[in-house]
Amino acid sequence: MSWSTMPVSRRGLVDTAINGEGCTDQVILNQWYPLAAIVELRPGISYQTVLLEVEVGFGVTLNGELIAWRLDCVVIPAGNPLPAENFTDKLLVQSAYGYLWTSLSAEPKELFSIPETNEPDRRSINVATIGIATSAPRAVENFLDMGHFPFVHAGVLGAEPHTEVFDYNVEIKDGEIIATGCKFPQPQAAPSSVGAIVTDYIYRVPHPYCVLLYKSGGFDESRLDVIGLFIQPISQERIRASMFYSCVDNISSDTALRRFQLGIFSQDKPILENQVPKRLPLSTTAETPIRADKSSITYRRWLSDLGVTYGVISAN
Amino acid sequence: MALSQPTENICSMTTQELTQNDPISNWYPVANADDLPFRHTFHGKLLGQEIVIWRADDGNVNIWVNRCLHRGVRLSRGLNNGAELQCQYHGWRYANRTGGCTYIPAHPVDSPAQHLSCKTFPAIQSHGIIWSGISPEGVPPKLSFLDGLTPLNLRSLPAKAPADSVNEHLSKYMFHPDNQTDGEGSSLVTTKAYDNYFQITATVANSTSTLALFAQPVDEQSTIIRGVIGVPHNSQNVLTVLRYHNNLMCKLRDVIEADFELKSKISNTFAAVSNPRSATRNIANNSGSVSFLKVRVARKWSTAKDVVGLELLPIGNQQLPTFLPGAHIDVFLPNGITRQYSLTNGPGELDKYRIGVKLEQVSSGGSKYIHETLSEGSIIEISTPRNNFPLRRDSTRTVLIAGGIGATPLLAMAQVLEKQKLNYELHYFAQSDEHLAFPEILNSLGNNCIRHFGLSVEETLAKVRESLGEHNSSENLYVCGPGPMLEATRNIAADLGWPDESIHFEYFKNSKIVSFESSFEIELARSALTLNVPAGKTVLQILRDNGIAMPSSCEQGACGTCIVKVLAGQPDHQDVYLNDSEKKRGDKMLTCISRALSNKITLDI
Ligand code: FES
Ligand SMILES: [Fe+2]
Repeated sequence: MSWSTMPVSRRGLVDTAINGEGCTDQVILNQWYPLAAIVELRPGISYQTVLLEVEVGFGVTLNGELIAWRLDCVVIPAGNPLPAENFTDKLLVQSAYGYLWTSLSAEPKELFSIPETNEPDRRSINVATIGIATSAPRAVENFLDMGHFPFVHAGVLGAEPHTEVFDYNVEIKDGEIIATGCKFPQPQAAPSSVGAIVTDYIYRVPHPYCVLLYKSGGFDESRLDVIGLFIQPISQERIRASMFYSCVDNISSDTALRRFQLGIFSQDKPILENQVPKRLPLSTTAETPIRADKSSITYRRWLSDLGVTYGVISAN
Repeated sequence: MALSQPTENICSMTTQELTQNDPISNWYPVANADDLPFRHTFHGKLLGQEIVIWRADDGNVNIWVNRCLHRGVRLSRGLNNGAELQCQYHGWRYANRTGGCTYIPAHPVDSPAQHLSCKTFPAIQSHGIIWSGISPEGVPPKLSFLDGLTPLNLRSLPAKAPADSVNEHLSKYMFHPDNQTDGEGSSLVTTKAYDNYFQITATVANSTSTLALFAQPVDEQSTIIRGVIGVPHNSQNVLTVLRYHNNLMCKLRDVIEADFELKSKISNTFAAVSNPRSATRNIANNSGSVSFLKVRVARKWSTAKDVVGLELLPIGNQQLPTFLPGAHIDVFLPNGITRQYSLTNGPGELDKYRIGVKLEQVSSGGSKYIHETLSEGSIIEISTPRNNFPLRRDSTRTVLIAGGIGATPLLAMAQVLEKQKLNYELHYFAQSDEHLAFPEILNSLGNNCIRHFGLSVEETLAKVRESLGEHNSSENLYVCGPGPMLEATRNIAADLGWPDESIHFEYFKNSKIVSFESSFEIELARSALTLNVPAGKTVLQILRDNGIAMPSSCEQGACGTCIVKVLAGQPDHQDVYLNDSEKKRGDKMLTCISRALSNKITLDI
């Protein structure tokens, strides 16, 4: 089949109702985004997705090489074999933390590092990649939020009546948001934990659409579990979110780890899809922040300062 | 509501257009009464505005903007406990009637700001329909054809067409009073068009049947068709009637949708109401804070020996402001005296305020006036509720200790704890059964209310000790009663290892000896002013003399209303509001009574 002559269909993937002019936001265009967990890709087969309202093809070749390209340049319908030869209009790709990352920019900002993943005895998995009808910043903010644990994750990450959010520190360091000293009493912090413990958290926002959480409560007290939320923005109000999990737990099976984290993930989805408006309002008067929302307040201000306009409602 | 000229056309349909008055000022049906079963929340939409509709246990129907003030989650996904609506995301609670925020679980000791209220819309239930509007005028339509009949709501039908197009078709709805023959051609139809609905009567020989049809404008492209028909009481025919009309209506809807060509013109009204940007602004009701209001004494009765209960109702259709459990109001009596009384209302009980007033032995004219002179029907002035005695709702055990009339704020708290099914005990110490105020409230608390009668001082203290027991984490004590009992309870609690921050108390008055002898300077950090406070004057007076507005209430160091932050210098507290650790920290003081131990004290004003 002559794949390069296939007609380009822009319907289906991009939600025309939401679709505006696409993304013109340089800060957002210059980032790396995850498209899929590499282990979940069948070598030699092409996949198709949408990134920032641009249709993108991607896959891993039979030689194990990662590729991604703009579908409006080279059309290979999803499920068709990938060509053996190189083609010219490729997007930059890289493999990191088990995912295939790409960027629409020729000179993207360097992807953040997670030094812990270099430790040889750690297990890192993709818990799941799920579609959520919300903006990327709403999802990041939800991930940063502890106040919802007793209500949305009752019996797992929190339980009434213990609802108080104690003061913690937030700062911007080396271009990232870091929140430390976060504590929350949790009935079951991790699949391997038995009984309630007060869990210590550290949050990191190294990328406008990616967020990481370090927490105790695993096997080894001195080693922190890392949970990440890496977002592929489809449009301003639709995302695919991948949950990354890296831990030092040599007992639980991958399935058990996945089931636990996926359970949490799926409790947040309906909340996110019922937030109005879907884009994150950056004006300080649009919603009602409280002290517990320090990290969210910092995140909103940080997005404003970076000049992010995509997936948000700007302050003015 | 002003009716337009009704038109009557026999044997034909009216062709008159509905009068186009401003959609903002109309009443529209937004739900059927049976869409609101016990403790349910209902999601609706009117003129592009998403709304949540819920009925409280007192029967009141609430219609609010369907967005939590905190992070915008739809409140229709929340929990209705019959008195408050709780958001699903972080558990913020909003009161029945006002939509005022009553509790923020992430900060259990803080009182939510008084202006935090969901935007509310009017709601009226009549003819089995819930009516609302953006700012409707007058009253919903009175459907007199239903008199003497049972109203039956037709199944509500969503249609993909704007309300104008739907209305054109509704006026041509035809049916037969036998509830089986196809409407076409067989009936004598009379249609009356009112401002926003049609009343259609079908007559054949001597049987007739009348119904009313409404178009609820959902947004610029969709409408919900609603209808109500009258059937005789105890009719066996209900299902037949409903099925018959449902059938015809579904056919009509198909016609409406097929006929509708999307009109590109979007009325400005819709744009204004549904604009996502405007939706993100001012989602709170910004009615401005009214600090005084007039109320009517609707009921005055003897609730215990020497205690009268007062029910205070708003005047006209004003809404009383939200209160938090433990709140008090200032009552400005016609004889010029001001007194503070705690509200005994349960959660979401905002149709009236209820207070209890004990006749003081040595009354300077406050309680005596209320007992002897104030009569039902009098109009008095009160302040908005002051929430200086906030209740944590995150305790694993809450102990409430009440002495005599000190029970009043604790009654409000107990009702919240009871409604939320939290673990608590209310220990009520009184001379005898006759001295228990508000027995009907106490009864509603069941076994959680423990009554102690006629105990001596020693016996009382022993009981307090026994009821408190050792302190475990997340346990809190609230105590209110006569000064000596309060002091003793605090000491016992401290002795049993209850930390300061777990002991909460409210004094009625400051019975300590207070001195106004000292003189000192106050430096106002934010106003860059230094003022002298001479002997015999209070900081509060000096501030006011210099044009600085400061709220105050009891002015005897008991209520905490006039609190300010201290930035430097050492306060001479003299109050009974702050606890010992707060006093030790010395970073706050009450301007009505506290003075300085140092020559100068710097305040954050
Ligand atoms: S969004 Fe409703 S409580 Fe936070
Ligand atoms: Fe969550």
